Amino acid sequence: MTTPLIELKDIVKTFGSVIALNGVSTSVDKGQVLCLLGDNGAGKSTLIKTLSGVHIPTKGEILIEGKPVTFRSPRDAQRYGIATVHQHLSIQPLMSVSRNFFMGQEPTSGQNWLGPLNLLRKDFADKTAAEEMAKMGIDIRDPNQIVGTMSGGERQVLAIARAIYFGAKVLILDEPTAALGVKQAGVVLKYIAQVKAKGLAVVFITHNVHHAYPVADKFTILKRGQSYGTFMKEDVSREDVLAMMAGKEELDELEAELEEFARADGARVDGKASALEAAAAAERALAQNLHAESESLKKGP
Amino acid sequence: MALKTAVSQDERVRQISWFNRLLSRPEFGALAGAILVFVMFSVFAWDSASNSSGFLGWRAVITWLQFSAEIGIIGIGATLLMIGGEFDLSVGSIIGMTSLIVLAPIVLYGWAPWQAILLTLAVAVLLGWINGTLVNSTGLPSFIVTLAFLYIYRGLTLVVTRALTGGATRVDIQALVGQKGIVDVPQAREFIRSDWLAQMFSGEIWGSPKLVQLLGNIGLIPITERRVLDPETGQRIAQNLPIIDGFPVALGWWIILTIVAIIILQRTQLGNWIFGTGGHAESARNMGVPTNRVKVILFIGTSVFATILSLLQVFETGSSEVLRGQLKEFEAIIVAVIGGTLLTGGYGSVAGAFWGALIYGMIARGTEIVRWMPNDWFRIFLGVGLLAAVLFNTYIRKRATEAK
Repeated sequence: MTTPLIELKDIVKTFGSVIALNGVSTSVDKGQVLCLLGDNGAGKSTLIKTLSGVHIPTKGEILIEGKPVTFRSPRDAQRYGIATVHQHLSIQPLMSVSRNFFMGQEPTSGQNWLGPLNLLRKDFADKTAAEEMAKMGIDIRDPNQIVGTMSGGERQVLAIARAIYFGAKVLILDEPTAALGVKQAGVVLKYIAQVKAKGLAVVFITHNVHHAYPVADKFTILKRGQSYGTFMKEDVSREDVLAMMAGKEELDELEAELEEFARADGARVDGKASALEAAAAAERALAQNLHAESESLKKGP
Repeated sequence: MALKTAVSQDERVRQISWFNRLLSRPEFGALAGAILVFVMFSVFAWDSASNSSGFLGWRAVITWLQFSAEIGIIGIGATLLMIGGEFDLSVGSIIGMTSLIVLAPIVLYGWAPWQAILLTLAVAVLLGWINGTLVNSTGLPSFIVTLAFLYIYRGLTLVVTRALTGGATRVDIQALVGQKGIVDVPQAREFIRSDWLAQMFSGEIWGSPKLVQLLGNIGLIPITERRVLDPETGQRIAQNLPIIDGFPVALGWWIILTIVAIIILQRTQLGNWIFGTGGHAESARNMGVPTNRVKVILFIGTSVFATILSLLQVFETGSSEVLRGQLKEFEAIIVAVIGGTLLTGGYGSVAGAFWGALIYGMIARGTEIVRWMPNDWFRIFLGVGLLAAVLFNTYIRKRATEAK
């Protein structure tokens, strides 16, 4: 077996007395999509923040291509090619597409002594941003367009395109479809598949199995800070994943409860239907009576 | 042909006219406002009897330009800081404090002016660093932190000035008389003006008196009889000279600093970081922008800009006062807001602040020139202007982010 691109071994993270992660292990390889599934509070965000250098793990190891590494800041993680597209997006809504694209890593004229006072290479930035967006299939009309005018899906794609351009090997997507409509979510899933085809490792965090299942190769299911298990796609069905994520017993219980609701609802509908039928029958009888009366009147004297 | 264009064009993109483009720039409102105010005062304050004393007379122009320049210099600092998402309310107190720090060593301890100026600039950097570092490390709103320093710096200035002078609240250039063979105040002024560094903060822009003389000779600037000091006899004598001496050095500082700040903000990496820090600090940090360092740099900026204004005022008036610079922090913010900078950060323009300062200067001095409009009115104008600017900016921002 080859060494995975990135591997987490028994990650423990505590915040004071709160144990956010309790011994989570998983791994992801090149050209593979790992889905981190878990309900709210399962520890997905903490795991991601650990992986992207925001949190330093209390215990456990992060291995990149088999070598243990320590991230002290998001910049460290970036240096190893780990790019994170955060839930709240690393996007500036009031700035232009090209300024956002190069935020923090601006192309400059490169005079060392000037430091951050180096001049921006604006033409290059505009051109590159437009090209990279085009590669992802989004034709931006104007690189100076303010990002606030773009749709949620387009913003996700901007963040993804930027990560790829800056040489990400591992792309972490934190709930990229959570705030999107059905169609936009589909667009983002398509880009995830595209990123995978480029040979990047993708870690896709979601609590939506229907978004995860079509693109994932591998699932790691988190529950209350612990790993419930890691499964390859060929070994599990969508229903299995859903069952594991919510917990089989809990889900069965929920189903039973729902059936109970449905029965109650159904009974109410039956009752209504019969009442309606009765009313209709009464009306029909009335009509017949009237008809008969009018007929007899016609026949009359 | 019609079909072809229809296909190549995204149906969701509306063609935006140049006028709409102009309208969506942050500085547009301030530019329009500056033109409006200029036209208004040119009409109302046109003194046909003697053109030279009206709003467009050379002396008046220099007066309101200088006033604009002084506000404009601190307005640049406030604008950059506000785009970076913070406020500095200690600007006024820094002006008072640095006015003392520059003049006291010269008149009380016999320092050369350039030494005192370098010390003052170093202190300015320190004060800005303290503001920025405290805002970063406490995580408190800069509004509160710098409000505290508004009082602390002012109080310190008062305490130290009283201690140094034995109870006075001002230091005057007059105290130089009797030292270094200086016999009177004009000589004391001359002593300071001859210093290579102090020169840059006093009098006229280098070369501008000659330019004015030249313009006077060809009739572009009116020549009048003026009483000047004869350097040989020490007597006041009448001489035919251009109506103004030259362009005040504050004007030069204002224009140069504005250009430098525009370049930094629009064309450098730091500029991108400033917008990012103010727009959404966390996402900027996620992208590797050292937001804390950016903020410290910006606080140092406001402090240094305030100190440049302080130096200009000290060398112009020949004195430093404990209470100097009061309310200047708000004037700087007004200029920034009129200039189209968002109070919430992440959006704004130094060019806008330039026009904002011009509006401020024209209203403040213009109301003095229009005789039937008492000068007391100028604060009302400014308040209304501020409100109008904020409403206009909100509208512009909505256009910029939604209406496309």
